[in-house]
Amino acid sequence: MNDLLRRLLFLPTQLSEHARDVDGLHFFVVVTTMVAGLLIFATALAFMIRYRRRSEGETTPEVQPKHWHEAVFVGVPLAFFLLWFAIGYPQFVETTQPPPGAMDVFVQGKKWMWKFAYQGGPSSLDVLRVPVGRPVRLLITSRDVIHSFYVPELRLKLDALPGRYTQTWFQPEVAGRYQVFCAEYCGLSHSGMLAELVVMPAAEFDAWIADQRRGEARAQDAALTAGEQGLPGSSILEQGRRVAADQGCLKCHSVDGSRHIGPTFIDLYGRKEKLTTGEVVVADEAYLTRSMMDPAAQLVAGFQNVMPSFQGRMSPPEVASVVEYIKSLKTPAVSAGPSEGPVYEPSPRK
Amino acid sequence: MHSAVAHHFESLEKQGQAQRLGMWLFLATEVLLFTALFAAYGVYRYLYTEAFAQASRGLETWLGGVNTFVLVTSSFTVAMGLDAIVKGKNRRTALLFGLSILMGCVFMVLKGIEYRHHFLHAELPGQFYGGPIAGSGGSMFFALYFLITGLHAFHVVVGMTVLGVIGARAWMGKYDAQYHVPVELAGLYWHLVDLIWIFVFPLIYLI
Amino acid sequence: MSHHPESSPPVYAERNYLNTPATGLKSWLFTLDHKRIGVMFLVAALIFFAVGGLFAMLIRLELLTPGPTVMDAMTYNRMFTLHGVVMIFLFMIPAIPSGFGNFLVPIMVGAKDVAFPRLNLLSFYVYLLGAVIALGGMIYGGADTGWTFYTPYSTTTTTKVVPILLGAFILGFSSILTGLNFIVTVHTLRAPGITWNKLPLFVWSIYATSIIQILATPVLGMTLLLVAIENAFGWGIFDPARGGDPVLFQHFFWFYSHPAVYIMILPAMAVISEVVCAFSRKNIFGYKAVAYSSLGIAFVGFFTWGHHLFTSGQSAFNAGVFGVLTMFVGIFTAIKVFNWVATMYKGSIDFKTPFIYFIGFLFFLFFGGMTGVALGTVSLDIHWQDTYFVVAHFHFIMVGSTIMAFLAALHYWWPLMTGRMYNERWGLVGATLVVSGFVFTFLPQFLLGNEGMPRRYYNYPERFQALNVASTAGASVLGIGFLIILVYLLVALRHGRIAGTNPWGSRGYEWLTTSPPPFENFDVVPAFERGPHEYHQLPAPGAPGAPGAGHA
Ligand code: HEA
Ligand code: HEA
Ligand code: HEC
Ligand code: CUA
Ligand SMILES: [Cu+2]
Repeated sequence: MNDLLRRLLFLPTQLSEHARDVDGLHFFVVVTTMVAGLLIFATALAFMIRYRRRSEGETTPEVQPKHWHEAVFVGVPLAFFLLWFAIGYPQFVETTQPPPGAMDVFVQGKKWMWKFAYQGGPSSLDVLRVPVGRPVRLLITSRDVIHSFYVPELRLKLDALPGRYTQTWFQPEVAGRYQVFCAEYCGLSHSGMLAELVVMPAAEFDAWIADQRRGEARAQDAALTAGEQGLPGSSILEQGRRVAADQGCLKCHSVDGSRHIGPTFIDLYGRKEKLTTGEVVVADEAYLTRSMMDPAAQLVAGFQNVMPSFQGRMSPPEVASVVEYIKSLKTPAVSAGPSEGPVYEPSPRK
Repeated sequence: MHSAVAHHFESLEKQGQAQRLGMWLFLATEVLLFTALFAAYGVYRYLYTEAFAQASRGLETWLGGVNTFVLVTSSFTVAMGLDAIVKGKNRRTALLFGLSILMGCVFMVLKGIEYRHHFLHAELPGQFYGGPIAGSGGSMFFALYFLITGLHAFHVVVGMTVLGVIGARAWMGKYDAQYHVPVELAGLYWHLVDLIWIFVFPLIYLI
Repeated sequence: MSHHPESSPPVYAERNYLNTPATGLKSWLFTLDHKRIGVMFLVAALIFFAVGGLFAMLIRLELLTPGPTVMDAMTYNRMFTLHGVVMIFLFMIPAIPSGFGNFLVPIMVGAKDVAFPRLNLLSFYVYLLGAVIALGGMIYGGADTGWTFYTPYSTTTTTKVVPILLGAFILGFSSILTGLNFIVTVHTLRAPGITWNKLPLFVWSIYATSIIQILATPVLGMTLLLVAIENAFGWGIFDPARGGDPVLFQHFFWFYSHPAVYIMILPAMAVISEVVCAFSRKNIFGYKAVAYSSLGIAFVGFFTWGHHLFTSGQSAFNAGVFGVLTMFVGIFTAIKVFNWVATMYKGSIDFKTPFIYFIGFLFFLFFGGMTGVALGTVSLDIHWQDTYFVVAHFHFIMVGSTIMAFLAALHYWWPLMTGRMYNERWGLVGATLVVSGFVFTFLPQFLLGNEGMPRRYYNYPERFQALNVASTAGASVLGIGFLIILVYLLVALRHGRIAGTNPWGSRGYEWLTTSPPPFENFDVVPAFERGPHEYHQLPAPGAPGAPGAGHA
């Protein structure tokens, strides 16, 4: 029954108990509406047929309502509406009260990507990995404008507000991959601000996160040594890659040649770029750096002027590392799966 | 029938009644216009209690006080002007309105001085704020300060213009004891401008 | 198809507002006649409707395929913003109150004109000015914020929001002036016979609308101004980076915009109350209930704005309060719906075009409204907020109900305004196309919403395509329907059959005058001894108000 109605209403699968409850209310609402509608329109139809005009001169009597008529007109709907609310409101309140001991995930919206950070653990772009059967609390915020974290299968949605945290929680019951949408309009690629919710068996998840933590540690001291001695080498590229990911370059620039919001990075270095002005420039270090600091100055033909300036948002060593990273991207290169956070790829061969 | 009656009104009283009602409705919209700003002020005062209190203390309360006095008096002279026209003394009305306009000017000048001090101390809204208060509270306070007082000052100017026009027409004897609704309405408007300041002053300067 | 074959041909009132006091463009542009101003509002609104509709068609076209179809993302984002802004601020809010309201309210209260004819004309030009500024902003850049202008996006975007904000701000004044005018008119210019309890329901509803316009619009004006200032100078009122609170904007915006949705539906209800009586030839069931429920909507409507913020991290307490109040606001509409249905009881129903639109209206209002209440149940809204379910909800009510009512009004009062009849057969064709096309366009969108497709999406995952195709198909039927209507109405202007006084045999006061009405509305102001919705004990044939009167 539940499943039949669900399919009839095009509702996605129910990933949590909350989702099931909400659908319960949904069905109740639909049924009351349909019944009420049927009654009202059946009556209307009956009147239309019974009282259709038969002759031009026809006259009609005056009919006035009794008080109880109006009482019913008010009472019946109000009763149902309040009943709906009495069911729906507690369901909402429940989502605002995470159970103690829920696993915290910090969610950060940013044009146009989702970043998920685990306590003391790794952070990932556009993939949220959670264990089956454990409560997860999301602490949601935004770095720029308002976004909204939305997973239909969870019947859950919450705005990501700049400058403050909002929280909600869920407990997924079925392993699998589900889509995360951005449900608050946030500009050019609002509809591209998708992420993936990966629900894994608990054991698998534990293994994964432990592994990630180790990886993090390694990467960190790698970055450290690189910082200290400033040697070129895998570490600076690794850092450049991470900076590019954190800063969100890779959200608009692919590293696999595919055209995104921005031109791909691969083989960018040394490439002849045609600008909107018609002139052609060679993408050297200077150009690359300028493009980051003042993107509007030289627009690549066929692209929107939407790249934010990173003036002051990246330290000089970071900029340098990104430039090095871009230079290192030559075909054949490791292709970045769209939803896999590039942070976790093996560093490119050189 | 009196010449001032429009074709679609059957009598002068009806027309006057309509115009008064219209004016009151208009005043209601004016109040709501400011209410939005007051609401914002309330919210941020609640969020940045300390900063707002500090910024408010930094204001030249005595200037605000004097201004309050000036405006109230001007309201009083306007009321006298109205009383005069009811008695049919239109010249007297004109003079009293002129007096009120003068006080309006005084108000504007004092406000100008105050603004000048703010500019000198870089007590400006949002990104332009260079004042002593740390955090966002200060800039927020002055954003609202300039919005509210600025909008009010704008209303003062409009009010003075209205008084000017009506005053002049009164001088020319366009109104008399029987027909003086416009004078009434001009008075009403000026009272509103005054009334709003009565709210602004304690809200921004005192508490 | 003549209306009363037996009676002698109806007469066209030669001395009417279209040729007195003067003819020619100038006499229109500087007219103070409420009827002419009303007509000018209507024409302008219809033009903007066509523009907004064009945008809508482009939106539907783009959504035909999951990927890019006919435009790029930036264009699409501007498209739905302009669509929303044009449809709401330029078409829907002025259309019925400023258009039909201006034409009818003074006649219905037995007055010669509105209280302040000059303000009335000013209101029209303010409206044009606002429209020009807004459209100007669209042509040079356009905005991509959505009609809700949410901060901080609207304060940081590089597109041209400021002109559009200013345009909307100015349009607000037009709305205020007109509302003010109506309230004063109803209070001070009612003809002796017309007591509050004999006020036509159309006037009651417009009166309630005007109250909302006066109380809510200034707040919107201020809010839009703040956003404009923010966007231009960065004063930080709504900017989190400067300690501002972006959600505060949403409260301000919805404090206006929820009541504003009633500015859009109450006039529709005004029309329907008249139409249902006229075509059932029957007194309204529960006059007081229908009349006062309008005031109820106007009042309660001011306390439900929070139901637009359920997902904004608002406190559970707020959500509760706004949720409950939302349940109550539905009731007043329910009362009306039931009373309209009951009005048909023992009536004598004539299935003319306006009545077909009444049926459509009832259907769409019911489902649009019920889905609205469903959205108010908080937990369901969490799933639906900013999905196509919401889009479907408000199109059901705004396009569904209000436009149906608008078209009903256009056909019902067409003879009064032009003195000619439109072609009834084509009328029925148009009505059928519009109603059915409408169902096909927006029913799928409810399902899209359930399935989880967010709104304002330029691209979407493949699994949503089937329903989107269905919706686009429906939209094209809708468009054709409107074009047909446009065509036969334009034809009727010249070649329509002479309507004559009161062709519908309606009892509404506005039909006591000749069509088209004379310059000051009545050659002889009637006594208005009977109510505007009384159909029992018909007077002697030929007397004003009797079916077929004016033909003898
Ligand atoms: C004309 C415009 C109009 C009207 C009249 C309404 C009417 C209502 N609206 Fe709607 N609404 C909009 C236009 C309108 N709305 C718009 C434009 C938006 C989106 C804005 C945006 O985000 O862009 C919106 C969004 C919106 C939301 C927010 C959705 C979201 O973004 O998350 C909500 C939530 O509560 C809501 C609720 C309601 C309710 C309860 C009513 C009620 O007034 C409905 C009352 C009517 C009925 C209830 C039907 C009649 C009832 C009966 C016949 C009773 C019979 C029943 C029984 C016997 C059980 N509306
Ligand atoms: C009154 C308000 C109104 C009206 C009438 C419409 C009408 C239509 N809207 Fe509208 N719509 C909105 C208000 C309205 N909309 C709002 C407020 C939004 C939200 C915007 C935002 O997100 O910010 C929106 C958003 C919106 C979306 C979502 C976009 C998105 O979120 O990505 C879609 C998608 O299908 C859509 C489609 C349509 C369609 C197909 C019509 C059709 O009904 C249009 C049919 C009309 C025509 C085809 C015109 C033809 C007319 C003539 C040729 C002449 C007419 C003359 C006579 C009748 C005499 N609209
Ligand atoms: C909002 C999307 C976006 C983000 C984020 C972004 N870019 Fe861009 N970028 C673009 C677009 C669009 C263009 C093409 C138009 C132009 O030249 O400005 C571009 C152009 C460039 C170019 C010139 C490319 C060429 O083919 O000439 C470089 C180099 C570049 N970006 C580097 C970066 C770096 C480094 C970052 C992160 C620190 C970054 N971008 C972040 C959108 C983005
Ligand atoms: Cu992020 Cu929409
Ligand atoms: Cu609402």
